Amino acid sequence: MIPTISATALSRRYRDQIALDDVSLTVEPGTVTGLLGRNGAGKTTLMRIITGLEFPTAGDLRVFGEVPAENDPVLRRMVFVREEQAYPDLRVEHVIRVASWFYPNWSEDLAQQLMSDFALPPKRRIKRLSRGMRSAVGIVIGLAARAELTLFDEPYAGLDAVARQLFYDRLLAEFTERPRTIVLSTHLIDEVADLLEHVVMLDRGRVVLDAPADDVRGTAMTVSGAATAVEEFVAGRTVWHRQRLGSRASVTIADALDPAEQAKARALNLSLEPLSLQQLLVHAAGHSAEEKVSA
Amino acid sequence: MPALDDGTPLFVQIAEQLADDIVGGALAEGARVPSTNELAAFYRINPATAAKGINLLVDDGVLEKRRGIGMFVAAGAQEQLRAGRRKRFAEQYVDPMLAEANRLGIDTDTLVSLVRGPGWHNGGSRP
Repeated sequence: MIPTISATALSRRYRDQIALDDVSLTVEPGTVTGLLGRNGAGKTTLMRIITGLEFPTAGDLRVFGEVPAENDPVLRRMVFVREEQAYPDLRVEHVIRVASWFYPNWSEDLAQQLMSDFALPPKRRIKRLSRGMRSAVGIVIGLAARAELTLFDEPYAGLDAVARQLFYDRLLAEFTERPRTIVLSTHLIDEVADLLEHVVMLDRGRVVLDAPADDVRGTAMTVSGAATAVEEFVAGRTVWHRQRLGSRASVTIADALDPAEQAKARALNLSLEPLSLQQLLVHAAGHSAEEKVSA
Repeated sequence: MPALDDGTPLFVQIAEQLADDIVGGALAEGARVPSTNELAAFYRINPATAAKGINLLVDDGVLEKRRGIGMFVAAGAQEQLRAGRRKRFAEQYVDPMLAEANRLGIDTDTLVSLVRGPGWHNGGSRP
């Protein structure tokens, strides 16, 4: 099967700044991929190249097996919802209608449903919407387009927790009913972690993690308890972080533990706490930074 | 939403929750289990994750697929799961209890009387 997205040794430079550095990855059809990383990690640049808004400096990027830039048939198979997307200053209903002309799989029923879910006033002009409402317009378009490839780049500026949950629920319902390829870039990692099947993390333009979400979970643990027991247990392991308070210690190790090791930890009266995806990525980013410094 | 903790992989947790329902009798043998999509919506997880969880139980023979109808609890599933859990019972529940009792200086006789319940132990503060 042709991957929905495949990047090979992709780089993008702006003068002396490197936005993407030798990025290779594939996104399989029918998956939800989380594109994660700090601000300036290269997430938006990658999405802009995927959607043909920008050209790579070097390397190759294909969507549905083709180069997306200036390739209208390919571009119509994808929808890109950007952070703080600018719209022409029309009424909401007109912006939605214009969008509907562009996407062949557009569902008007779904668009209407989502507009009412997010309480979007159809007659109001875009400029008079709140930030959150403008984000909701993007979400309506992104989901109602029912495009084979749907890219969301931090789509929820100004949306409160309730509205974000609504977005996640609708996204999941749509994906379940009509499987498609979704790439979601976000800072709110723990909010979306359970929705992701695959995780790609960028750090300063490089891919530092590219793995199934199930493999990522439970790959690092925080071991805490009496300092001597903790140190005995973590000896010889990759340690990411170490904290001490009096006779207690808390050490984060970059290892998955098999049941026998977990039993050993229990016998030592240690508590094991797996890192959430968010914590894991914070450590992974710090770790890759250290490697770069020492390299 | 029922909370899933993020220790073990999500699909394993899905399988364990279904297994819990079978062991406890909430899902009787021959009953239809929720579909992948129903599980995904309920737990707010990716449907592929839910499918992996179900497949874990299918591989163990706990669930069986009836083509075109859905997934059902297999005959003998409850006993099979119970047998598996009995094997792990000592390791999961008794060993940690013994370790803590040891730390607290509770001897075996006291421990046994605690297990037997109020009236059997003396000097305990159990309500």
